[in-house]
Amino acid sequence: MRSFQQRLSDFDARGIRVVGISVDSPDVNRRHSQKLGYTFPLLSDPEAKVIRRYDVLHPRAGPKGADIARPAEFLIDSSRVVRWVNLTDNIAVRARPEQVLGAFDELQRTGQ
Amino acid sequence: MDFADGIAKIGMKRKWNWPIWVGFAVALGGLFSYGFFARFPITRDFPWANLLLFGIGIALLLLGLFRAFGRPQLYRGKIFGSIFTAIAMFLISLFSYEIFYVLRQVPASTGAPRIGQLAPDFFLLDQSGKPVGLGDLISGPSGPKAVAVIFYRGFW
Repeated sequence: MRSFQQRLSDFDARGIRVVGISVDSPDVNRRHSQKLGYTFPLLSDPEAKVIRRYDVLHPRAGPKGADIARPAEFLIDSSRVVRWVNLTDNIAVRARPEQVLGAFDELQRTGQ
Repeated sequence: MDFADGIAKIGMKRKWNWPIWVGFAVALGGLFSYGFFARFPITRDFPWANLLLFGIGIALLLLGLFRAFGRPQLYRGKIFGSIFTAIAMFLISLFSYEIFYVLRQVPASTGAPRIGQLAPDFFLLDQSGKPVGLGDLISGPSGPKAVAVIFYRGFW
């Protein structure tokens, strides 16, 4: 998330909105975005409804066995079609902003 | 080592076996620096910085043990050196289990939307309590071309 904030101007320049989704409450998200200087929206899905709808639930992986989201990144175009997905097999290895920007540029280049 | 050497050392204080202490400190450093190195993708994707510190720590501990057992009349550390090395090995095993096994237990997510499929809609509150929908994100006044949706584990 930190790295996405650092490259946010590159996303803005291409017209790509960045948004995070987790089970955290809006209060937790506000504190963290203030503390870490995040200017993109962090959306709150406390009951993991959207997380389930995207099938990116990691059951009982949170504190006290809470259901949380597994790391996953989607690039969605303006007609709501998924254009690029990253589903990691290692919690520590998440998509880097360059990967998302690269995928977008590649789609633009090939005229898709 | 030999008889004369031994005689000469009788009554003398044995030397401080520094590689044991330094090696143990470096191995602990390898463990506790994970939080720092995890902040950078290059040292988080593969924890080579931590493994390097573990390697240096274990090498020093083994050097210390080699001195303690090889020249016990000169160097201290047969007992505490063995204990420190065992603790360091245990902690490194625990670390490796976490990093190379536990972190890889990620659900398959076979039902996640794939390339070319329609992304499920959502409507959620942002950090200021304002509802934000996927529709709003892709059809703003500035006419955004795409949305990068990042699911993350959260800070709780």
